[in-house]
Amino acid sequence: MSSKIKWIVPLLLIAMLTACGGGGGAEEEEGVFRVAVIMPSAINDLAFSQSMYDALIATQEEMGGPESMELVYSESMFVVDDAAAAIRDYASQGYDLVIAHGSQYGSSLREIAPDFPETSFAHGTTVDTFVDEGIENVFAYDAASDQGGYVNGVIAGLLTESNVIGVIGPIETGDAKLYVDGFVAGVASVNPEAVVNVNYIGSFSDVALATEAANTHIAAGADVLTGSAQMVVGAIGVAEANGVYWLGTQSSQTSLAPSIVVANQVYDWTVVLDQIIELNRAGTYGGTAYRITLENEGLVIDFNPDLDLPADVQAAANDTIQGIIDGSITVDIGE
Amino acid sequence: MISELFSATVLIGIIASGIRLATPYLYAAIGETFGQRSGVLNLGVEGQMLLGAFAAFYVAFTTGNLWLGLLAAAVVGALMGLAMAFVSVTLHAEQGISGIGFYLFGLGVSDLLFQRMLGTVETVNGFQPIYIRGLSDLPVLGRILFSQNILVYGAFVLVPIAWFVLNKTTLGLKIRAVGENPQAADSLGVSVNRVRYFTVTLGGVLSGIAGASLSIALLNVFQQNLTSGLGFIAVALVYFGGWRPAGVLLGALLFSMVNSLQLWVQVLGIPVPSDIAVMMPYVLTIVALILTVQRVRSPSALSKPFQREG
Amino acid sequence: MEDRLPKAEVSALDTLRANASKIADALLPVLAVLAALAIGAIILLMLGANPVAAYGALLEGAFGSGNAVAETIVKATPLLLVGLGICIAFRGNVINIGGEGQMVVGALLATLVGLRLTSWPGWVVVPLAMLAGFVGGAIWGGIPGILKAYFRVNEILSTVMMNAIAVQAMNYLLRGPMIDPAQMELASRIPQTAALPEAFRLPRLAPTRLHLGAFIAVVLAVGVYILLWRTTLGYRIRAVGQNPDASRYGGIRVRHHVVVALLLSGAFAGLAGATQVFGVNYRMITDGSATGFTGSAGFNGIVAALFGQLHPIGAIPASFLFGALLVGANKLQRMMQVPSAFITSLNGLVVVFVVSSDIWRRQRQKRRLAAAQRAAEAAVADSGGPA
Repeated sequence: MSSKIKWIVPLLLIAMLTACGGGGGAEEEEGVFRVAVIMPSAINDLAFSQSMYDALIATQEEMGGPESMELVYSESMFVVDDAAAAIRDYASQGYDLVIAHGSQYGSSLREIAPDFPETSFAHGTTVDTFVDEGIENVFAYDAASDQGGYVNGVIAGLLTESNVIGVIGPIETGDAKLYVDGFVAGVASVNPEAVVNVNYIGSFSDVALATEAANTHIAAGADVLTGSAQMVVGAIGVAEANGVYWLGTQSSQTSLAPSIVVANQVYDWTVVLDQIIELNRAGTYGGTAYRITLENEGLVIDFNPDLDLPADVQAAANDTIQGIIDGSITVDIGE
Repeated sequence: MISELFSATVLIGIIASGIRLATPYLYAAIGETFGQRSGVLNLGVEGQMLLGAFAAFYVAFTTGNLWLGLLAAAVVGALMGLAMAFVSVTLHAEQGISGIGFYLFGLGVSDLLFQRMLGTVETVNGFQPIYIRGLSDLPVLGRILFSQNILVYGAFVLVPIAWFVLNKTTLGLKIRAVGENPQAADSLGVSVNRVRYFTVTLGGVLSGIAGASLSIALLNVFQQNLTSGLGFIAVALVYFGGWRPAGVLLGALLFSMVNSLQLWVQVLGIPVPSDIAVMMPYVLTIVALILTVQRVRSPSALSKPFQREG
Repeated sequence: MEDRLPKAEVSALDTLRANASKIADALLPVLAVLAALAIGAIILLMLGANPVAAYGALLEGAFGSGNAVAETIVKATPLLLVGLGICIAFRGNVINIGGEGQMVVGALLATLVGLRLTSWPGWVVVPLAMLAGFVGGAIWGGIPGILKAYFRVNEILSTVMMNAIAVQAMNYLLRGPMIDPAQMELASRIPQTAALPEAFRLPRLAPTRLHLGAFIAVVLAVGVYILLWRTTLGYRIRAVGQNPDASRYGGIRVRHHVVVALLLSGAFAGLAGATQVFGVNYRMITDGSATGFTGSAGFNGIVAALFGQLHPIGAIPASFLFGALLVGANKLQRMMQVPSAFITSLNGLVVVFVVSSDIWRRQRQKRRLAAAQRAAEAAVADSGGPA
């Protein structure tokens, strides 16, 4: 009997609701480009999510501020089916472009996109726009992070004196794997003697373990470190305390340790965003896959201006960047 | 490659990083031990650690004073402990669940404060290693044992202190009595609730300091979910240790050293998939317990709110 | 003392009072939620958001349309399934905080069945996969059960460790043995399995995501009720939970039933994992943590079960309400653009307030018992002493 009564609770709430009615209707202004983005971690993670958020803010400024481009976001959407709900919700609210910034959102997007043919979706990092499945309103983007990894690897290979280099990664997949593979190839290209020790800590959030991984690398003799994803912030401090060089990726990490961060591969998604917005306004809602590279300046090697890099290393780094751009160097990550 | 695992560098490395990794576990698990010995299970340690970590970081970052940061962590931890005590002791709430509630609260609020008050990942110059003249220069031991920062030493000093308090003082006797037989303790004039308020608040203080040991001594950064599950491991270590400080120490060291061992396994390029390596400390902790089949009984009144009869 | 009412009126009044009291019991968690929302409102004000608009968004997100209600039910489904297992475990006095790992292992095993038997018909594979999920969870819950019963390893410790092991096992399998063959050809190798064939997907109430899993969960709630209160096994589990020593004297194999309680508890969590894959995601994918897949249902299911007072039928509305809160909160985040951390904080406040409010229910229950006793005594007195 008590069970019957418990049913009253949700019923009451539903009744309350119907009385309350819906929220205010979204007023759609002409000419405002409306963008929603769903990100797996925080907008200020100094890594993958921040790279997209920063690009969106830059694009917004470029377009003339919030009056010309509306931007809403859902951060820390690491739960895949919550992200799916968010994607669908933004699409049904009439956003012009819904960005699903995480490769894990792919399945959800494939399901949702066909229901909103007038909405552009963008999905990264991936190369698949689902166009061969008849879905025409999804853009795909990814980063050739192996390129910056290669450049960072060249720098590391030349800087190391102990010939031991340490790498800290989250789990052995996706963007991190691409970067690490490129890095290893870069080191090998200039310093075949050097040993690159790679440590995947099995998590995107365990700062303590990532930090201890840095200590371990240093104890093993490493004098140059690099690492990918948001949990490396503590490792950079260890590098600083031990006077060991650090090479960053995804966002600029120089601010964390200006004395030892040599260079960062910075993702600048504005290149991709500009093209997507342009196509969308011209009536094309998807179907193209973009890749940010050194060549299209979506990948930028951001050198720390406060660190005096030996001239030969700087020159080799510049040559490598140039070589990758003009195609004389190909990053072979042994597929 | 595998033979390299037994080189001096690696062994020293494993012990040294095991000691560092064990530090936050020790503070949090010793704190939890006090609570559980008095009959209160607090699963919210993780939330207390996160708020403590943020408080310590923020205060240290803005004032430049690490000791003020540490104090802030202790105060915030105490407040969280008091709240937990109120809910579990006075309101008799189901302890496991209220702990999960406090965990979520700490996880969310520390992140909110981080976003509003700092906005981005910053660093502080945390507690530096202290070199003890003479001791630090000892060949092997010196590097392992005597070149850590003050909070690391503190964690290890805490273990005998906790043992002494629990086993050799009247206070400890009261705590154990309240956890074993609250009715009897009550009839002897011990205020069961007051003892539990004390232990749970103390647990909060130590969890706060555990957080501080991460944010201003070992990692020197703050980020959302900085603790990433450490607090739950700390609670598990209390069970591992059989509610004794020395057992907790053993568990914390075992877990941490196996964790640093798996880091070395990867660094040395021993061909084990990284995920399998990461599993090692969790598996070995369980295996260790199976092999040492425990005969320790949990405090009888654990997780049971006290109510005077009649 | 008080005027003696005629007997019939006494019972009518008591029934009325009892009913009022039961309604109050049911409303208590709602009041607690409202109190938590009030504190949340203060935080919202500090964040510069309008609390009325924010909570309007929350309600709209949870109940504002057919699709919203469907989403709420989708969210509630794993909470209910995990919660059913929790009812069994807690009734048997074992604490299972391994729901996250059990969901993951159940999902892995179910997915494996789905991906291996692609040429088989759906009506065979889907039940098999659900069974596989059940078995996977049972294994992952049974191990801590055996460890507790026969090796005296505390289940809180072992379930925490087993959660971490399950996550790493998932990461290993999804980026290696179980990876989508299409991903093998890409350098980035997203750690996901291939998608399940359409024939294997749990039927949905189009166009929403409401899937058959919700129905299964509700049916199983009744099943668990029957198990716990209408079968010998259930009676024994509860007996062991209430008083292991007495049970032992009564000839119940205590250790055996500890294992069974944890095993069954894990099995329901495993089934929750399987329905998530076959009803919602249609493939497994990992972001390196359990939460990315489970949405913390392994933990939240415990909370839902306790909201439902550890009664399988009570867990139904409790899961629904908790699901509503989670779904609505996400909407709130989107509409008001407050940080997602606010939602986590609010979630924590709600849990703390609801468990704290339970004291008033228990007090009333005590009073009710006392009143019933008085009434019984009065009845005995009326009829002129014991017969």
